Amino acid sequence: MATHHSRIAARAMMAPAVFLLLVWMLVPLILTLYFSTMDYRPLRGIYECCQGFDNYVRFVTSSSFLESILTTLRLVGGVLLITVLGGVLLALLLDQPIWGQGVVRILVIAPFFVMPTVSALVWKNMFMNPVNGLFAHLATALGLQPIDWLAEAPMLSIILIVSWQWLPFATLILLTAVQSLDSEQLEAAEMDGAGALSRFGHIILPHLARAITVVILIQTIFLLSIFAEIFVTTGGAFGTRTLTYLVYQRIIESQNIGLGSAGGIIAVILANIIAIGLMRVVGKNLDA
Amino acid sequence: MARSVTTRRKTITTALAWAIGLMIFFPILWTVLTSFKTEAQAISDPPVFLNFDWTLENYAVVQERSNYLRYLWNSVALAVGSTLLGIVIAVPAAWSMAFVPSRRTKDILMWMLSTKMLPAVGVLYPIRLVLIHFGLLDTKLAMIAILTMINLPIIIWMLYTYFREIPGEILEAARMDGAGLRAEILYVLTPMAIPGIASTILLNIILAWNEAFWTLTLTTTSAAPLTAFIASYSSPEGLFYAKLSAASTMAIAPILIMGWFSQKQLVRGLTFGAVK
Repeated sequence: MATHHSRIAARAMMAPAVFLLLVWMLVPLILTLYFSTMDYRPLRGIYECCQGFDNYVRFVTSSSFLESILTTLRLVGGVLLITVLGGVLLALLLDQPIWGQGVVRILVIAPFFVMPTVSALVWKNMFMNPVNGLFAHLATALGLQPIDWLAEAPMLSIILIVSWQWLPFATLILLTAVQSLDSEQLEAAEMDGAGALSRFGHIILPHLARAITVVILIQTIFLLSIFAEIFVTTGGAFGTRTLTYLVYQRIIESQNIGLGSAGGIIAVILANIIAIGLMRVVGKNLDA
Repeated sequence: MARSVTTRRKTITTALAWAIGLMIFFPILWTVLTSFKTEAQAISDPPVFLNFDWTLENYAVVQERSNYLRYLWNSVALAVGSTLLGIVIAVPAAWSMAFVPSRRTKDILMWMLSTKMLPAVGVLYPIRLVLIHFGLLDTKLAMIAILTMINLPIIIWMLYTYFREIPGEILEAARMDGAGLRAEILYVLTPMAIPGIASTILLNIILAWNEAFWTLTLTTTSAAPLTAFIASYSSPEGLFYAKLSAASTMAIAPILIMGWFSQKQLVRGLTFGAVK
């Protein structure tokens, strides 16, 4: 049992982390809240307080807001679809007995360690460039017209790039979950005459449900704040402006701090709704 | 009864797995190969794979023109500095939550996790303003502090899940033998915790190395790491594929190698212990 003495020591040891995180979270958030009620445009020397909810109303009613929400949903939805489906299939494949399994695993997870600016630029230039990219070479070799990926299919291109980065994450987590499956249960089902499909539907998929939920929630949190991939490919042009990017543009590019801060608070609220879902799943695990 | 696998089936799955694995890895392989080509070969149609004149020239040019080593040093300083600082703050916190838990421990952990979910863009301007106010914009000190804070929840969580696996009986036994708090931490806990701490350090160096929101928005020159250096290639002039590849290869190689060693910890760290 912990003594009174050690309990006090324990609180003291926790204090710095709690204090720092508290400051890190509260101070900027309060400042952002404060700015969001102001007409604050430093480049024009405007600094007027107490506009109430004006910025919020203007941010939400502007056409770029709805568009950015749709763009965000498309990006997050597209990447989730590709990575979760691909991740489940890849995890099942890698769980099979294969020669050189360790090496294949290493190849598959590699993209996750590539920094976002590198993967975005490599894909943009060396693969998707309409003149010198590999896709263009491939298209010409097949007698097709090469396309300018980032101009003609910008959303699809960015979804592909981001999916390439996140597929390893989904695969790795789902593989870990697949491997924790009791193989005797599968064998018993097989002996009882269950086909591959019904084994997948009745045993594997329910077993993976939790891991899939975790993958979806964590990826959503990270995908909502995708930035570098858009920054170096389209710069938010061609309908690739997500909510994060819109807020960034309002604050840094047009220096409309009041409006941008209102957008930032809205982004915080939306992210929190998803975060609550994630916390429930993670929290359940703490009790177990 | 072990499931018998026919050689035929194993051959097919092996072929399929390798094909997919190589396809996923291909962009990285292609980048590395291109870094050894001349600029003309880098864009040649049809593309050349291995049959080109291998050259190291691009690596020399990248360093000469852009002072690559300075960005590399910044990346190392930010990643290692923020990770070590984070560990120093997190170890005592995780230790106390794992071994002297209270009713509030779970709430505190969940709250810490929630700070990680704050969209960075929502607090970008205030942070920028504070840095400007204190003359810290584009300094390594500020970037280390910021990267420490954004990864601190993950560090604490990872350490917490590792520490919790250390059986409490061992600590009690040490206490019965008269070990004080200090001795308990130094001689009993630390040796058992070292593998967990090492994995945490590894994963966090990777995360900090690749962080690309704060480093792109808050650094310009003196504190800019490799993420920002590579981003400067987004508006290129002239032929640059081979040079971009050389720069990219140098930027990802160290972390790729570290990453391969940390596969297992990656799952635990990034799912906050929800999947092990």
